[in-house]
Amino acid sequence: MRLLQYIRVNSEGIWLNGRFSALPTGDWAEALYRQDGIQYPKFFKMDHLCRIGWMASELLLAGENDRFEPRTDRAVILFNRSGSLCNDTQYQTTIQDPDNYFPSPALFVYTLPNIVTGEIAIRNGYRGETSCYLLPDFDAGILVETSRQALQDPGTRSLLTGWVECAPGQSDDLLLCLVDAETEENWNEKNLLQLYRYGHL
Amino acid sequence: MKIVRLSDHLVCPLGHDTETTLEAVLQGRSELRLHSDWQHLPEPVCASLFEPDGIASAFAENGQTDQGYTRFEQLAIASAAPAIARSGIDPASPRVLFVLSTTKGNVELLGGNGAGQSESVSPVWSAERLARHFGNPNIPLVVSNACISGLCAQIYAPRALQSGRYDQAVIVGADVLSSFIVSGFQSFKALSQQPCRPFDRERNGLNLGEGAATLVIGRVENADGAWTLCQGAIRNDANHISGPSRTGEGACQALKATLAGICPDEAAMISVHGTATLYNDEMEAVALQRAGLDHLPVNAYKGYLGHTLGAAGLLESVLSMHAIDRGVIPATRGFSEPGVSVPLQVSNQPRTTDKKAFIKMLSGFGGCNAALYYRKGGTQ
Repeated sequence: MRLLQYIRVNSEGIWLNGRFSALPTGDWAEALYRQDGIQYPKFFKMDHLCRIGWMASELLLAGENDRFEPRTDRAVILFNRSGSLCNDTQYQTTIQDPDNYFPSPALFVYTLPNIVTGEIAIRNGYRGETSCYLLPDFDAGILVETSRQALQDPGTRSLLTGWVECAPGQSDDLLLCLVDAETEENWNEKNLLQLYRYGHL
Repeated sequence: MKIVRLSDHLVCPLGHDTETTLEAVLQGRSELRLHSDWQHLPEPVCASLFEPDGIASAFAENGQTDQGYTRFEQLAIASAAPAIARSGIDPASPRVLFVLSTTKGNVELLGGNGAGQSESVSPVWSAERLARHFGNPNIPLVVSNACISGLCAQIYAPRALQSGRYDQAVIVGADVLSSFIVSGFQSFKALSQQPCRPFDRERNGLNLGEGAATLVIGRVENADGAWTLCQGAIRNDANHISGPSRTGEGACQALKATLAGICPDEAAMISVHGTATLYNDEMEAVALQRAGLDHLPVNAYKGYLGHTLGAAGLLESVLSMHAIDRGVIPATRGFSEPGVSVPLQVSNQPRTTDKKAFIKMLSGFGGCNAALYYRKGGTQ
């Protein structure tokens, strides 16, 4: 498999294909959304997990040709540790108040961590596989293996895959990669771990 | 290489094992009831719930000793232990993968103001406790793909086995209900206060249900008469995060990909999601027609079990295997008059079949859809 594009985001900054930039202060995803002049009002309805995953995918995919043409051959397969805990906590706090036991359905839907894969699929017209898995920690081996195994579906030829983690009181932690089925073995555990640790190859 | 069922077990309010539950289904029974005082909810909820001590007793029946497990974890273990014992696999082997399918795991532990317990609220925590309970040394995988998780787990695990890294997998699907989940579905106005009526003209919403099911699968040279997980696919509508697609795009594409190279007429039935919401059932009918499958018998289990969320894909697949072993297509409880735009072969009576294959399909929030083809005896 071949690694085409990658983006790493942590408390220290953003590395887009190895090029570093500082993390905007405050809500970095919203700051970048405004800075890049993106027009996508649904962004403001999203919860934090969706916003960061979606915004990172925007940066990753910005240069792609025919980007919004509907396609079925690209899968979105994301992993994290905390699921939708940020939004779950907020949801529980809301329904704790008896006057708010039936909050807006828009709040409940984000208590599912796979919604971020759906948001990316909707934005880009991806009608392929979308999957969300939880692991105790970032695990380069499992991520690479899962993406290889996803190609057992003959309809899948490329993947947007990686780690999108947020938890209450913790820094956001993301690594998103665009990979395809072409033979060039730069998509491996060693390189993925290097990207996670250092943001570049 | 083939991926086959080695064993299964399920635990739900209708029965603490597969045969008892199937028997109840074939007799048309259900534990769907209106609960007016459950967890002090402001509105009554019609759901399939365990008795207050139901999960603890299922857990104890299996000879398990409590190690401070939560209700959710006890349920998962109660479904896994008998399946593992019957499969003959060594769950402590590094060649065995554990996969847990759940939507919300221990979310009921989230306390007032969302405080505390954040570690144990995570499904990852429960999955590790589950794997360690059986001495398994591997990192367990949690599938969190909303309502289609149970099928995704049965697509992920065969892939992992086909890659050669593992020889067997223990796939556990489980969810318990809490005010958290019920309030969410109520906020969507998705719940019916009567037992649900899949595909019926009068259908007005879904019922939630508790339950767990475990499927142990293995990679073998020859299927030798065993139930085989032939192929499956996951496809997104790319349309809306909470509304079913009007064109059934993702479900149709998942069905087409699942049936590539397969003659669908070998299938005894399509066991659909059939939640009994207006939009889900209509979407599925459109998807079945677009995929050229609307002539096949259809069945839905939600009228017996409610929507068991992360367990649904496993519960409903396991029941289908056992029903077809008996030559029966289970009735769709709650169905009476057709209520979707495409004529479908739904029935409120059990039908007989001599076919030995079926299709399971599910759809979920996030626009995701999955389908999987099962066949007894192996090759396509």
